[in-house]
Parts: sequence; C-alpha cells; structure tokens
Amino acid sequence: MRAVLAVLLVLLLGSAARAERLIVSVSNHRVTVTPNYSGEELVLFGSVEKDATTPADRKTYDLVVTVIGPRADMVTRRRERTFGIWINTDYRQFLEVPSYLALFANRPFDVITSPEIARRQQIGLNNVLLTQRVSGDYADVVPNDAFRSAFIRLRTQRGLYREDSSAVTFLTPTLFRTGIPLPAEVPIGTYEVEIKLFADGAFIGKTETAFEIVKVGFEQFVATTARQNGLIYGLVTAAMALMTGWMASIVFRKD
Amino acid sequence: MQLYLPIADLPVNIFLVLAMGAAVGFVSGMFGIGGGFLMTPLLIFIGITPAVAVASVASHIAASSFSGALTYWRRRAIDPALASVLLCGGVTGTALGVWTFTQLRALGQLDLMIALSYVVLLTTVGSLMFSEGLRALMRTRRGAVPPRRTHNWIHGLPLKMRFKRSKIYLSVIPVVIVGIVIGFIGAIMGIGGGFILVPIMIYVLRVPTSTVIGTSMVLTLVTMLFATLLHAVTNHLVDAVLALILMVGGVTGAQFGARAGQKIRGEQLRLLLGLLILSVGVRFAVELVIEPADLFTIREVGVSG
Repeated sequence: MRAVLAVLLVLLLGSAARAERLIVSVSNHRVTVTPNYSGEELVLFGSVEKDATTPADRKTYDLVVTVIGPRADMVTRRRERTFGIWINTDYRQFLEVPSYLALFANRPFDVITSPEIARRQQIGLNNVLLTQRVSGDYADVVPNDAFRSAFIRLRTQRGLYREDSSAVTFLTPTLFRTGIPLPAEVPIGTYEVEIKLFADGAFIGKTETAFEIVKVGFEQFVATTARQNGLIYGLVTAAMALMTGWMASIVFRKD
Repeated sequence: MQLYLPIADLPVNIFLVLAMGAAVGFVSGMFGIGGGFLMTPLLIFIGITPAVAVASVASHIAASSFSGALTYWRRRAIDPALASVLLCGGVTGTALGVWTFTQLRALGQLDLMIALSYVVLLTTVGSLMFSEGLRALMRTRRGAVPPRRTHNWIHGLPLKMRFKRSKIYLSVIPVVIVGIVIGFIGAIMGIGGGFILVPIMIYVLRVPTSTVIGTSMVLTLVTMLFATLLHAVTNHLVDAVLALILMVGGVTGAQFGARAGQKIRGEQLRLLLGLLILSVGVRFAVELVIEPADLFTIREVGVSG
C-alpha cells in the first residue's frame, strides 16, 4: 500500500514538475463540408495553467500552434523551355507531406525562440520537415531549395499552407485564442493540432488536440463511387448522357 | 451559386458552367459539330485540370450527339452499314487513346500532349477549312461552277463493300483507319472529332452529304460513350456533376444554334468555323510559347489516411 502511494506521489510530482499545463479546445471537432461550403474558420482557445512550481517571475508566454492536415504524397514539376515551348522536365517527389499546414504564433518566430530550437521544434514553414525523394534517398533539403520553396509557395497560394505570427492573441496573460481558417478546397481527413508553449525563449511544454473534416452530401457520394466503383459510375454517367440527349430530342422536337 | 465539383475538386459557379455549355451548344448546333474542341479548352481556362476536362467532356459530347443522332435517324439520314464499319475502327482507337492517356498522365506529360495536339490539329484543320471556305466564297462571287468530284486512289483499295443508304461502293480499309484515328484523338483530346470526320468523309471517302452528318454522329456517340466508360474505369476522372450541367446547357444551346445556322450560307459557315478552330489552336500555341506565370506545378499522387 505504501509502495503504491509512493508511486502515485512520484507520478503526481512528475507531472507537476512541468510547471505549466496547457488546456485547449477547438470550437468544433467535426467539420462537415457541404456542397456549398465556401470556407470557414475554426476557433482554438485555451489557457496556460500555472501551479506552485511555476517560477514567480514568469509572467508572459509565447505560443506556436501547428495544424497538420492529412498526409499525402505529392509531385512538384518544373517547366523549362525546350525547343521553344515550355514543358515539364525535372520533378521531385514529396513523401507523406501535410496536405494542409498552418503555423500560428503570437509574435514573430525569431523573437519567440532561437533558430536552433525553432529548427528542432519545427517552428515556421522553413523548419517543417518535408521529406523528398532525391535520387533514391529520403531527406529534407535546405529551406531555399528551388523545389521546396516552390512547393510551399504554391500551397500557400491556394491557402493550404499558411504562416501567421500574429494569429494567436492572448486575451489575458494566460488565456489565448486563435482562428484556424479552412478554405473551400480543404482536404478531408483528420487534422492534428499541436500547441507548443515557450517562455523566455525556452520550450516548456506542449499539448495536442485534433479535429476531423468530413464531406457530406451528394458530391461526396459521387466522389467515393467514382473511385471505388469505376465501372458502375461510368455506366451510370453514360446512361445519364443518353437520357439527356433523348430528352432533348423529345423536348425540342419540331414536328 | 457555387457548386462543388466532386472529381474536379473545385467549387465553380453553376451559372458560369451552364452558360458555357449553352454557348458551346449554340456553336455546335450552328455548325453541326460536337463542340468538344471548344468545351475542353474553356474548362481548362476556368481552372479544371486538362485530364478531368477531357474525361468529362466525353460524356457531354455523347449526350449532344445522341440527341442529334436521333433526329437524323428519324430522317433516315444515317447509314447503318457505314456506321458499323467506322465503329470497328472507332472503338479500337478509343481504347488505344485512353491507354495512351493513362501512360502520359503517369509520365507527367499529359497536359503538354493535350496542348500540343490542340495546336497541331486545330491550326491545320482551321486553316484548311478557312482557306477552303474563302475559295468557295470567291467562286460563288465569280459565279464559277464547283469542280467535279473525281475518284481518287482510295477507291482503288481492295475489300470493297457496298453501302446502300449512302449509295457508295468503297473499300473498308480507309473507313476503319478513319475510325481508329478519330477514336484515338477523341479520347486524348476530349473532342468528338466531328469537325475532322465530316470533311474527311466528304472529301476523301466521298460519302454523300445526305448521310454524312448523321453517320458521323453515330461514330461520335459510340466512341464518346466508350471513352466515358474507359476514363471512369481506368483514371477515375469523369466528373458526372460537371458533365450533367454541361449537357443541360449544351443541348439547349444547340437548338437555338441550329436555327441560327440555317440563316447563314454554307460557305460563310465554313469560313466562320475555320476561323473559330484556328483561333482556339493559336490560343493554345501562345500558351505553350510564352513563359508560364509559374514554372512549378504540384500534383497529388495519393492520399494516405
């Protein structure tokens, strides 16, 4: 009995030694995308809970929120002028990269922490790990690599990759909130949200939550059928074409 | 009103697509063509990937050619024997075309091939048609008699067959080859091929004008239905929602186009059509030559999870 108590005490102390606890929640854990969905914004809010072990002089905190959408393999191709016309020549394959990626903070990343910690904690689009297949090897490359930066730029243009160092707002020194914009073409699947806490440039803890994006309605049914039952889908489409043509010839019959 | 296209994975304005369908339908009704060579580029220009555009337009053309074919069938303006021989080639060509399409897509060169085929085919056919229309127009101005049709080398080929409805006696070899070619380019480019098929049938195969359009529509109908099916099974790229909107707009526009077309003389019609085809071809050529706004493109190759 005593041993159990001792273990419990150690466990309690162990968790207490982290000094701060993050409590977070998103406004909606299941986002449904309907046919007329034109983008929406989720709200993530939370607070930093202090306890007795928190250093008394620690007043301000910094937060970095990372939202990672379902992972997928993608190919980036580069066009070059060959014989006077522009054609795809070189390409790189990105493996298991997030289809949606958002990095939000309350202050610029370089103010929050040192470049070294930023790299280790994958803070900022330049530091997120994007694995490429480079001639048989799997590796991430330098941030200014042409394919990597083009990939990030194109995803950013579509609103699927974003970085905003003023998106997190502290309502009180410990209470915070941020919006997670989800554009119209947001990929469906499970989204992981990582909230990392910093104080005085040091990484002091993190917590995770998740939400799910599901598509509902006729459109989703069509997309699923097309992928899973190609033959039936093709037959139905062909029948639909014949029906439309036949109806038109009846409706617009001149005699 | 925004509508989400499930396969193209893109929200579009339903009225824009409907209007595009109607506009292309109008043109196709006016000239008696399927209009795929206009529809596919328009879809590409509004942001739908060439692959999805080509695959979805196939079913749209099937619908419009079916309604046309029914009308011609009632007027007994279809030659069933000629249509079946053409179809033997057409179905083979379509299968080859879809297979090539899949291979090119895997290589990342599909968009380029679609653009290149458009440039080559449309500028050639467009300028031929334009110059032919111009000559015909000048002939009628001068009051000259059109040159008499003569037999050519095609009529010396073996395996001759009698096509009763068209009243011609012709070797099946060139007919099957024409079917293969039209089916092949149709599957790759998302066109019915009527605008190439009709001139070939008239000038090369010497099919009389009474049966030529109806018969070519049967070929277009079957090859496009087959292409829809194959694209759906192999590439999963047919967007049925997009296709349905296009069909509804297309068949409606075609009725008004057909009425407008009757008011214009044949030579002028050919001149206009030639100009239209040529301009689409030139538009694609310009796109290939000028430096793209972005040298990089991304394509998802598979979602995991």
